[in-house]
Amino acid sequence: MMIGFYAMIGKNNLVKKLIGMNIFQTSIILFFISTGSKKGATIPIVADGHGVVHRTIEAIQYMNPLPHVLMLTAIVVMVSTFGVALALLLMIYRRYQTLEEDEILALRRK
Amino acid sequence: MTASPFPILIIVVPLISAFLIILLGWLKKNLCYPFMVAALAVSALSSLAILQEVIHHGILHYHLGNWDPPWGIEYVIDPLNAFVLVIVSVISLLIAIASKKMVEREFPHKVVFFYCLFLLQVTGLLGIVVTGDVFNLYVFLEIASLAGYALIAIGEDGAPFASFNYMIYGTIGACFYLLSVGYLYIVTGSLNMADLSRLLPDLYSSKVVLMAFAFFVVGVAIKMALFPLHVWLPDAYTYAPSSVTSLVAPLTTKVGAYVLIRIMYTVFEPNFSKVAIPAATILSWVAFFAILFGCILALGQKDLKRMLVYVLIAEVGYIALGVGLGNRNGLTGAILHIMNDALMMACLFLIVGAITYKGWPRQIDRFIGLHKKMPVTMAAFVISALSVIGIPPACGFFSKWYLVLGAIDAKQWLFVAVLLVSSLLNAILFFRVIERAYFEPGANERNVQPVKNKAKFIWDEAPLSMLIPTVLLAAGILSVGLLSGTIISEVIQFALPASF
Amino acid sequence: METIYSVKPILALLVSAVGAMLILFTGERRRNLREFWTLLAAALKFSIVASMIPSVIKGKTIECTLLHLFPGVALQFRVDAFGLFFATLASALWIATAVYSIGYMRGLQAHSQTRFFFCFAFALHGALGIAFAGNLFTLFIFYEILTISTFPLVAHKETPEAVRGGRKYLAYLLTGAVLIFFSMGVTYGLTGKLDFVAGGFLQGHGSDNLLRFLFATFILGFGTKAALMPIHEWLPTAMVAPTPVSALLHAVAVVKAGVFCVLRVVLYVFGPKLLYDLDLWLALAYFASFTIILSGMLALAQDNLKRRLAFSTINNLAIIILGAALLSPSAITGGIFHIAAHGFMKITLFFVAGAIYVKMHKESISELDGIGRKMPITLGSFAIGAMGIAGTPPLVGFISKWYLCLGSLEAKEMVFLFVLLISVLLDIAYFFPIIYNSFFKKSKDELKPGIQEASMFMVAPIAICAILSIVLGVSPNAFVHFFEMASFAMKSILGVGG
Repeated sequence: MMIGFYAMIGKNNLVKKLIGMNIFQTSIILFFISTGSKKGATIPIVADGHGVVHRTIEAIQYMNPLPHVLMLTAIVVMVSTFGVALALLLMIYRRYQTLEEDEILALRRK
Repeated sequence: MTASPFPILIIVVPLISAFLIILLGWLKKNLCYPFMVAALAVSALSSLAILQEVIHHGILHYHLGNWDPPWGIEYVIDPLNAFVLVIVSVISLLIAIASKKMVEREFPHKVVFFYCLFLLQVTGLLGIVVTGDVFNLYVFLEIASLAGYALIAIGEDGAPFASFNYMIYGTIGACFYLLSVGYLYIVTGSLNMADLSRLLPDLYSSKVVLMAFAFFVVGVAIKMALFPLHVWLPDAYTYAPSSVTSLVAPLTTKVGAYVLIRIMYTVFEPNFSKVAIPAATILSWVAFFAILFGCILALGQKDLKRMLVYVLIAEVGYIALGVGLGNRNGLTGAILHIMNDALMMACLFLIVGAITYKGWPRQIDRFIGLHKKMPVTMAAFVISALSVIGIPPACGFFSKWYLVLGAIDAKQWLFVAVLLVSSLLNAILFFRVIERAYFEPGANERNVQPVKNKAKFIWDEAPLSMLIPTVLLAAGILSVGLLSGTIISEVIQFALPASF
Repeated sequence: METIYSVKPILALLVSAVGAMLILFTGERRRNLREFWTLLAAALKFSIVASMIPSVIKGKTIECTLLHLFPGVALQFRVDAFGLFFATLASALWIATAVYSIGYMRGLQAHSQTRFFFCFAFALHGALGIAFAGNLFTLFIFYEILTISTFPLVAHKETPEAVRGGRKYLAYLLTGAVLIFFSMGVTYGLTGKLDFVAGGFLQGHGSDNLLRFLFATFILGFGTKAALMPIHEWLPTAMVAPTPVSALLHAVAVVKAGVFCVLRVVLYVFGPKLLYDLDLWLALAYFASFTIILSGMLALAQDNLKRRLAFSTINNLAIIILGAALLSPSAITGGIFHIAAHGFMKITLFFVAGAIYVKMHKESISELDGIGRKMPITLGSFAIGAMGIAGTPPLVGFISKWYLCLGSLEAKEMVFLFVLLISVLLDIAYFFPIIYNSFFKKSKDELKPGIQEASMFMVAPIAICAILSIVLGVSPNAFVHFFEMASFAMKSILGVGG
């Protein structure tokens, strides 16, 4: 997480910033998923569950599915953010012919 | 649980319309604009209906997919929500009406996409306000933010770069928010706001909860552009096209403020912000600097739009100050100011849009003679300016009054001073513009033109589709001020946490 | 005290607001219709206000509550004797000023006349709102409306000096407004209400020092509009405005509103008893005396006629405040009455200054030699007004000076009696040369023989106001019972029987 954060702020090249952002987001996703895991638990899919209506489940044997679901959403968000960011970078490149932040700022100042 | 369809209607209509509009644009372009306006009108009407219901029946709940909370996602609407909902939907409707001409002039080949993004942005904002689930809020936050990044990037020269910067900051903010949601989930197992507020008090001493709170506040502060995390705002809003700034400026920061209030006072109890961490105190001091900073930096601006952007930062400071004061009057002032500021900023940025549309440069120095060409627009500017300065009967005065009362109650004389000094600074800012536009020497020649020769109209006003929303907003500024007593007693008073 | 509930106060206010909008929409192309709206609005306003006089004199107050703003405070109008006094003065003098300004603006072929008349009507709206306000909050709302609507009037000429004058005007008044805002907030925080009560309502709330501090902020705040020294500087600078505006500022609305608000604070928020206890009355009286003497001396040094009149106004306003500060029955009555007395006399003087400017294009006193023979009616009225300000019987100024002197005797403070007498001497000193030079000296330029008065639109109001100064001096209750209202207000403040 910190690597990503540093990259977002400290790096000059816009693409590196973007990658930093990606790392940052991915780390949060991993963090979430890790919270759902338990020692010795298995994936949260009920085997042979198709067609059976009532069946007692011992929740402790399965990993918590909720973080997984939430993170699916978060991954979608991350991917769309990334997509928009790349589109922005394309626009910037077309305009300034460079993706280095300091050069862009210098060009803008003129 | 009520069977009212409005909470879901208000989200679904703009959302589906956003996609339908692309289809429609492919088939028949001319229908896009009416379609968008219709969709937003439905939202606006639903929000008014919701407000009515909430006033009469109390809190509305809507369970998505009929799953009971806390397992399912729930939309909860209490007076605070309903109030902000009305503000967001009505203002976005007015801006949408006004945006047509501006958009067609500035980027004619992308009009349909603009409408689609506009609707998505509004969906996101409305969703943030309506939802009662913290993760759902994150989703809508990102919908709104992404639409915002894209909208801002359509603008002029520096826009893509400014938007990229905004994106970096905004993503950091959203990720902080997501982190805190995660922390809260770990310790409570719930994502529902009402549920959290029940479960959290036992856990207030836990470090995880403290961290979560801290990340929440910082994340929302980035989104709300609270000093010193406002850095993305000036460039992003200045370079964005006028129609976009008019939508985003009044609404995004206010919705961010709403989220702050929700977190500090609904999810976490008010005591938490005062006792566990002195968050409220820190917040009010940060707001103090935000107000000063915004006003002082605005003084140095030559571009009207940039000046208004810094004024916006100061206004966000006012709201944060009210939230941070933590007493009845302060919070009332903050909530009232959410509405007032949204109205003022929408009107002001629309005016900037109108001025640019008519070909005038944005430099204040070049506004000579503006009032002769665009008298109605300038009249609306004067009214909005009076409101920002805090002169009655414009609405800005009333929210300032409550904020000052709150500061006096809290015996924070320095805050009283900053509120009053900023009024004077705002007066300098706006009267500079008014002087230029109305009174600049040479704009009117004495004794030269015989008075009879005024037959020709030298009006060159903005088109009606822009003028009418501007006038409506200005009228709103005047009337809302006088009605603030009613608004408070009917709506805001119930939005305050019970312990106040 | 009986209360009547009626919409008359609102009607009186709205007449000029509606009139202003009509003026705006009629515009430049139908000037006569536009001027008609002004005159109609002024006449209507005055009649509505006058119709309230009979009831108020009998001891009733007329009330009208519009909106409930927040706990304890509503947008409320309560017409009591003091408020009606000011309203009557403002609306009566508006009629005169309206006629005069038509003549003036047309005589100069001035620009932006629509804006001028629009702002004027709105300013009167603000003034009446102040007069009828039942609490500090409503008063503040209309106080600001008055400030904002008079700003374009001050900067009207649009020359660099005019713009600077306007800027200074706003700077002073808005800073004062901020102080008032603060004082209102503290008052509300202390007592939970802002309604005006004859005799004050702040007793018993808050520590002595807090109340003294609050009094200071109130007086400084409202004192900007009342042109107390040292916050008076905007007034001479505002003389760059066209003369009808100066007349409005000095006689009809603005500074009178300022001094009205100061009196409201002194007599209806703090109250005589509290001021006695805190010794604030003496402080205020000394403060006012300082202004009286200093402004009188500064008036002597001015060559520009309007600037001299400006300092004379500052002088008289301080006299009014001195009257209120002395807290004795005659002093309060004299002070309140002087608001009207000075109004009539000063407006005459300003009208004369304007007429001289339009007709002869002269602004300085040194240029006025011999002008009396060219414009006898005009300068004759000037003589009447000037003598009245000095306090010569049978002019109306004598009555207020007499009561003020009585009042300082009642208050057992001889110092202020001397201050008043010195001010009379100063008045004579700075007015007499003008009268003498204009009638008895030979003029320096070649003037065409024969009488050349300014247009009838201007001369008529001048003459009428001068005559009224005499009439009111002889019979202070003529037409509109000014004196009765003043003494009634005094009695309700001091609690001396209904």
